[in-house]
Amino acid sequence: MNLDDYRGVWVFIEETDGVIEGVSLELLGAGRTLADKLEVPLAGVLMGDGIKPLASKVIAHGADEVYMIDHPVMKHYRTESFMKGVIMLAEKYKPEIFLYGATPNGKDLASAVATDLNTGLTADTTMLDIDMDNRLFEASRPAFGGNIMATILCKKHRPQMATVRPKVMKALEPDPSRTGRIIEEKIALSEEDMRTKVLKIVKDITNKANLAEAHVIVCGGKGMGDLQNFQMLYDLADAIGATVGGTRDVVEAGWLPHHLQIGQTGETVTPKIYFAIALSGAIQHVVGMKNSEIIIAINKDPNAPIFDVATYGIVGDALEIVPKLTEQFKQMRNQKGGEISYA
Amino acid sequence: MHIVVCVKQVPDTKIIKINPKTNTLDRRSAPAILNPYDAHAVQEAVKIRKLTGGTISVLSMGPPQATAVIKRSVEIGADRGYLISDRAFAGADTLATSYALSKALEKISKEMPIDMVICGKHAIDGDTGQVGPGIARRLDIPPVTNVIEVAEVNLKEKTVLIKRKQTNGHELIQSQLPCLLTVEKEINDIEYSPLPNMIKAARYEPVIWAVSDFENVDRTQLGLKGSPTIVGKMFSPPKPEGGKRLEGTADDQVKELISLLMDKRELLMPKSAN
Ligand SMILES: Cc1cc2nc3c(=O)[nH]c(=O)nc-3n(C[C@H](O)[C@H](O)[C@H](O)COP(=O)(O)OP(=O)(O)OC[C@H]3O[C@@H](n4cnc5c(N)ncnc54)[C@H](O)[C@@H]3O)c2cc1C
Ligand SMILES: Cc1cc2nc3c(=O)[nH]c(=O)nc-3n(C[C@H](O)[C@H](O)[C@H](O)COP(=O)(O)OP(=O)(O)OC[C@H]3O[C@@H](n4cnc5c(N)ncnc54)[C@H](O)[C@@H]3O)c2cc1C
Repeated sequence: MNLDDYRGVWVFIEETDGVIEGVSLELLGAGRTLADKLEVPLAGVLMGDGIKPLASKVIAHGADEVYMIDHPVMKHYRTESFMKGVIMLAEKYKPEIFLYGATPNGKDLASAVATDLNTGLTADTTMLDIDMDNRLFEASRPAFGGNIMATILCKKHRPQMATVRPKVMKALEPDPSRTGRIIEEKIALSEEDMRTKVLKIVKDITNKANLAEAHVIVCGGKGMGDLQNFQMLYDLADAIGATVGGTRDVVEAGWLPHHLQIGQTGETVTPKIYFAIALSGAIQHVVGMKNSEIIIAINKDPNAPIFDVATYGIVGDALEIVPKLTEQFKQMRNQKGGEISYA
Repeated sequence: MHIVVCVKQVPDTKIIKINPKTNTLDRRSAPAILNPYDAHAVQEAVKIRKLTGGTISVLSMGPPQATAVIKRSVEIGADRGYLISDRAFAGADTLATSYALSKALEKISKEMPIDMVICGKHAIDGDTGQVGPGIARRLDIPPVTNVIEVAEVNLKEKTVLIKRKQTNGHELIQSQLPCLLTVEKEINDIEYSPLPNMIKAARYEPVIWAVSDFENVDRTQLGLKGSPTIVGKMFSPPKPEGGKRLEGTADDQVKELISLLMDKRELLMPKSAN
């Protein structure tokens, strides 16, 4: 393998029902930085059925090129069909770096592709960089529960591949005036050759989705003391139209169902406002919420690690402060006669 | 129906020590257990066997102590176990791991053809979830990842009906057999092991293979040598900077917070209003 034959940064673009997944746009943002450092083009890889209109969006979000396969067999994601397409493109055009979202489909696809291309794949990364001296991709991921980061290198194989966690990288503001090259490829696939069929897709619109989409989140920790005290967080959430979440300890105590856990082994959230109440701010919790726009921490321990990530910190007793806060919000809502509606 | 479940021994602790010289896990610092996801994988195989009959084998790669996770699998209900153990396998990344395991699976399938391979969604130590799909590619069978239910097994048609978890819901997938599944924890509850299983497990000795027991393995694809990825360095996660502390009595603090938030009131508006 001649490593110099491999040039360019690629991002696999995930698409559902004609909409590009957020993580793919984030990866175009991150990929842009890598490509600029290496002075190579950034490309998006777009596959599906009837996806041509999306190419301009990929370019607007930072790509110089779009590699595209439009085929009815690719209507829904399946490892078999998508893998064939990606492997064909990668063998033909030889990217040096190839990023995928660390989503169920992205991880599935990347693992299969890495095996066939006989190359390395770094899982669930949260930091990406280039070692310019060696023109080497440095993909870092939290290890051992997030207490430490490991930088994984792939020195002698190409492409250097990684899956990247959603909501960690930042998408660029779309620039519709950007132009780029669209390379469309054909692939011979037939439904008869497929060994798997997607019979049905069921969308779940329960709380879990709500948490990921929530604009304002009130997250409570074990410091609330008991289930009864925990209820006051719902009052606050009601007053400002927020969604309630919790730490793992709260879930383990049975105060909240598991799908409302925030953190490394729960949901990753990026609301505009995040209330972190009576929770310590363990690293495993923080990785799931640190990209919130404003973080408000309430904790009686002035040394609690949550204050390290908080935009505004209140040292005090949550059981005293939360009801006051709720009361204030309620009053303001009444005063304004519904003019400001938080919900 | 012959189901093979891949089971990994992992350290069970929230505080794992890392050797600062080699940047590897100090495995002696933590008690070793059966990877929790793999316990669910074995349990699912037991559930399927109740419907279809057949045999459950488990396969592990690891040091000789990893026989413990095979015994644990027998407790849950596995019929037989294989351990591949050799210095040549050590230091493998996911590419080399899937290679070694697929070689062992090929060998097992010569004894008894395999209809289904089940893996955990991921191992709690390496935490990549890449080994299962890698094995599927090497055996050229379809992978179905993130499985939350095996709804139907049709031995006559050689198909299975599977629920696969997605970010916002799930998919119903039909796959041909043989195939490879990786399972989520919610797929089942681990049942109490019946006494006969416990007795069997206590005495159970798995088949152990070294590299020399394999005919056609490419040693350059094994272990550290066969691993394209390496750990470059370990470092503490960057510490984010904290912001403003609000001072005064509880009432003062609440008042100040409200006024700070009112300055950014557009943030409080739900997305649809933007
Ligand atoms: C592999 C792994 C994965 C994990 N995944 C997650 C995850 O996804 N999400 C997660 O949250 N955790 C996760 N954890 C657990 C995590 O390490 C912490 O144990 C957990 O987040 C702590 O929860 P807590 O902050 O609610 O409780 P504690 O750490 O007990 O903190 C309680 C806090 O409340 C404060 N307090 C007490 N009383 C009051 C009061 N009256 N007013 C104000 N403050 C008060 C205390 O000062 C303290 O800071 C994981 C751990 C591991 C090892
Ligand atoms: C901090 C750290 C970071 C790492 N990062 C990467 C990385 O980014 N990329 C990479 O390629 N490697 C990485 N590795 C190496 C990786 O952990 C090993 O290759 C490991 O042997 C398998 O990967 P896993 O634990 O992630 O397994 P997973 O892929 O998460 O395991 C999924 C399933 O595969 C089966 N399985 C896995 N291992 C075995 C086994 N030994 N025996 C039987 N069944 C098994 C089980 O059913 C398991 O549930 C990393 C290791 C460490 C310590």
